[in-house]
Amino acid sequence: MTTQGTTTVIEAKALDLTFQTNDGPIHALKDVNLTVDKGEFVSFIGPSGCGKTTFLRCVAALEAPTGGTLTVNGMTPDEARRNRAYGYVFQAAGLYPWRTIAKNIKLPLEIMGYSAAEQDERVRNVLELVDLEGFGGKFPWQLSGGMQQRASIARALAFDADILLMDEPFGALDEIVRDHLNEQLLALWARTEKTIGFVTHSIPEAVYLSTKIVVMSPRPGRITDVIDSPLPKERPLDIRDSQEFIEVAHRVREGLRAGHADE
Amino acid sequence: MSNGAFKAFWAVLTVLAIIVAFWYAACIPMNIKGVLTEQERAGAVVQPPSAKDRRDLSEFGLVLTNSFAIPATWDQDRPRLPAPHQVAVEMWETTVQKKITSKRSLVYHAWVTLSATMLGFAIGTGLGIVLAVGIVHSRVMDLSVMPWAIVSQTIPIIALAPMIIVVLYSVGIQGIIPKAVISAYLSFFPVVVGMVKGLRSPDAMQLDLLRTYNASRAQGFWKLRLPASLPYLFTSLKIGIAASLVGAIVGELPTGAVAGLGARLLAGSYYGQTVQIWSALFAAALLAASLVGLLGLVERKVLKRMGVAQ
Repeated sequence: MTTQGTTTVIEAKALDLTFQTNDGPIHALKDVNLTVDKGEFVSFIGPSGCGKTTFLRCVAALEAPTGGTLTVNGMTPDEARRNRAYGYVFQAAGLYPWRTIAKNIKLPLEIMGYSAAEQDERVRNVLELVDLEGFGGKFPWQLSGGMQQRASIARALAFDADILLMDEPFGALDEIVRDHLNEQLLALWARTEKTIGFVTHSIPEAVYLSTKIVVMSPRPGRITDVIDSPLPKERPLDIRDSQEFIEVAHRVREGLRAGHADE
Repeated sequence: MSNGAFKAFWAVLTVLAIIVAFWYAACIPMNIKGVLTEQERAGAVVQPPSAKDRRDLSEFGLVLTNSFAIPATWDQDRPRLPAPHQVAVEMWETTVQKKITSKRSLVYHAWVTLSATMLGFAIGTGLGIVLAVGIVHSRVMDLSVMPWAIVSQTIPIIALAPMIIVVLYSVGIQGIIPKAVISAYLSFFPVVVGMVKGLRSPDAMQLDLLRTYNASRAQGFWKLRLPASLPYLFTSLKIGIAASLVGAIVGELPTGAVAGLGARLLAGSYYGQTVQIWSALFAAALLAASLVGLLGLVERKVLKRMGVAQ
């Protein structure tokens, strides 16, 4: 590992994925080429069916590509999964209702065989990271939707994977909560220096969060544009009114429109 | 008592009163012919006076022409349909006023049936859970066991019970075991069905999450599938324990058993002791209700402790 930004974490070359369904084959990913460096915050944006979630699932070895190559930390995705290289945050928090928040965060730690003392220590750390100190003893139903999603992020952070994969984690939340969580996520990213892959269909969210924005389009799922964001790493919420922000958002919108025009 | 609870209390009481009233009313036509025969023998004047003539008349007509006999329809020794208070008196006399060790004590007979029920329920539940775990984890078992489990429940237990008893007797097994086997036969099925559904209840996302942790199958079972299945299991257990009781009673019928609620039913029907039959039926119903209620209590405690129930 060398200095930040020079080590390749995720590399896809001519990646292809075709699902065989009863209605015939579906070309979910076609000729996807992408390099993600360590410490980057990469957003995948596009309409439904563009393959953004499928690509993230390929990285997590939850789907198997049918062509091309994909490496994660220099390994195959499945090796990376076995090495617990990433934490995955799903659209729904998916907390176990029979476990308290602290016990939910301990779930991956128990599975990975951390000692009880280590588990307590890590739960305390990640609860602080997602601003949920004091909620460890609560059950999921006692928390709001935004808090539950923060708990699920804490669960993904608990075992210190270098990569955080997030599949529309804030998609089900209202805009005010979402703004707040976006701000927190940036702070968390700055503190932990993780590489983040983030699927969204919100243009402002993608532009606000990312160092790199991958614009995708459907049928077949493919990349239409990769934008390296010129925004500084330090981003207050009102950066969204700046000229640079509006320009990047415009380019994303153009990319999405171009994808649709092909049809 | 809150207003809602008060209303519910009166509603329940009203329904109960209607049932009891209907029951008393039903006793009149059901028992009138027998009562008139008794009255005639005792020297009363009944209309029509000949038992032969009365045989072809409708019960309702006889009630109208012999309304003096109505109170007696609730007070026969061996009525076709005993009145509620007769059943209540019989139950009181055979529970509170008899020593528990007495062969005439309903508590004694209930205990004999209950012990077979509990043993059968334990076997059935254990078997049901083991089968469910196998079915969820093995496609071969899913395809081979599940159809047989379903077929097993389509055979009337009353036809199968004597076979089970005969077969077990021929290998030297008798007493509580054959009854427990029949009881288990009825109770394992709801447990299998409920448990399979419960173990399969975690959605694709939950399973994906465990995959991202590289969790083993065993970890997935203990940490996700099993806890997720518990609410389903409890629902099944409540059905299963009621079925267990039915199984134990049915198991007592073909053996000519001397003890147990089933034996009580059988003896009652041999000697035309309808009051005894009805009190045994009520004892069985009360027993089933208490067992289901007890399980409901355990369910609430366990689920609350787990944080599932709020």
